[in-house]
Amino acid sequence: MTLSIQEVQHVALLARLNLGEEEKEKYAEQLGSILQYADKLNELDTEGVEPLDHILPVFNVFREDKVIPGPDREEILANAPLVEEGQYKVPKII
Amino acid sequence: MDLYELTLHELQEKLHNKQASSEEIVKAVFGRIKDVEAKIQAFITLDEEGALDKARKCDARGDFSSIAGIPYGLKDIICSQGMKTTCASKILENFVPFYDATVASRLKEAGGVLVGKLNMDEFAMGSSTEQSAFFPTRNPWDLDRVPGGSSGGSAAAVAACEIPFALGTDTGGSIRQPASFCGVVGLKPTYGRVSRYGVVAYASSLDQVGVFSREVRDCALVLNIIAGRDPLDSTCVDIEKPDYTEFLRDDIKGLKIGYPREYFQEGIAKGIKDTVKKALLKYEELGALVEEVSLPHSEYALPAYYLVAPAEASANLARFDGVRYGRRDFEAENVIQMFSSTRAAGFGDEVKMRIMLGTYALSSGYYDAYYLKALKVRRLIKNDFDKVFNDFDLIVSPTTPTTAFKLGEQTGDPLTLYMNDILTVPINMAGLPGMSIPCGFVDALPVGMQLIGKPFDEGTLIRAAYAFEQNTDYHTAKPDPGVM
Repeated sequence: MTLSIQEVQHVALLARLNLGEEEKEKYAEQLGSILQYADKLNELDTEGVEPLDHILPVFNVFREDKVIPGPDREEILANAPLVEEGQYKVPKII
Repeated sequence: MDLYELTLHELQEKLHNKQASSEEIVKAVFGRIKDVEAKIQAFITLDEEGALDKARKCDARGDFSSIAGIPYGLKDIICSQGMKTTCASKILENFVPFYDATVASRLKEAGGVLVGKLNMDEFAMGSSTEQSAFFPTRNPWDLDRVPGGSSGGSAAAVAACEIPFALGTDTGGSIRQPASFCGVVGLKPTYGRVSRYGVVAYASSLDQVGVFSREVRDCALVLNIIAGRDPLDSTCVDIEKPDYTEFLRDDIKGLKIGYPREYFQEGIAKGIKDTVKKALLKYEELGALVEEVSLPHSEYALPAYYLVAPAEASANLARFDGVRYGRRDFEAENVIQMFSSTRAAGFGDEVKMRIMLGTYALSSGYYDAYYLKALKVRRLIKNDFDKVFNDFDLIVSPTTPTTAFKLGEQTGDPLTLYMNDILTVPINMAGLPGMSIPCGFVDALPVGMQLIGKPFDEGTLIRAAYAFEQNTDYHTAKPDPGVM
């Protein structure tokens, strides 16, 4: 099984990844072979089986609404590639 | 014996009895690192000055409780305040966290001395540490072979006596498989036992932090420090935490051990099966009841894992977009282009592949067929374990299908590499605690035995591991990588 180049392009756009032509071909093949392997799961009848998305019983954990010291703004911004007036700067969006 | 060769608990004794200072220990460790690191390449970052400074302060204070004054390393996926945390990825090459992961701050508060950050497969995706964007780490037992992965740097550094213990993470086997390849103890606790706060996420429903050490006792000592509820991680469970050193008893009489027939089938090297079966005889000799059991859905765990983990990864790794941290492509004209070219240049091949796979599995039209199907199969895998644990205390199997393979041997087809995880992945899917301990050698390469326990029953793993260790001497064998 091989994915089409169009399918790979669509997924790459969703994943926000620029891929070169060679990469697209490689992923078309590799993704295809992994998905083919995943088809093995269809050997199992899972009708009525409850999906297990989390191993623990998940519930909301509440804490007191209390002000505690947080990290310093400058410290957080120090890792950013581009900052202006204490804010992250990105290329024009609209 | 040189100080660097001592285990954590032996170093504790030295410090208590004033036979060594923390400064001497840290100097010995850096001496060892200088001797072997050029060959092993376990560390991405080393901080000799910071470590010596901390050691001297510790000596001045004279308090050697817990792990005070003892050196250790962290896998480079665990955030360390003021010290680069790269995930072995170009996209985080210069990232310096402004906070500590909970596990890092707990070790720090206990007085431990952080030596440096350890190499890994990029974003913990891989089984050989060859997927590091920087350099591969070598197996101390044979420098032509891989140390396993993804926590390969942690395993190799502990095996080569560069540090007495290290932390790693395990999403599908990333602690147990390298522990097995490098002949050390590796423990992956139950999902929810240890906080994941500040640990860069790969697959959030599977990731767990754990310990590498050369002896079981050290593993218990470190688990005592890192385990337990954390208000900063809502999945870290508020459940009673025992003193794990109380399980260090050389007594397993009456312990009921099951060995799953599916974990001893073709595809698992004969030498490995024979070695683990011999270990099972040892358990019988020590008074355990050993019986064959069945986990019938085992063969479906790997395909289900390779949908669930990449799906979660594709969501988790969306945060690396060149805005808040890491590298950015400044040439891009609009923001989508900026995201896409930053990520294309910053991520390595395997990471991109898994993001693509996960995005596909979650995308409209395929969600039910792949992701949801995998979650249903995950339930069946967990049910298998629940059933066996109704009658047994512990499950024992090989950790890996083969011993350490050669560098470059498994870099072509991703599926071949994924097969390494076939015996470890089901444990993550079911959220159980798992441990790998040295149980012998095949062709002078270490073999690991995997112990699998009930949820939150790390105690029984430690007890069984300790009993085996006390009655065998595999843990005393040390590799000789040769000094430079």
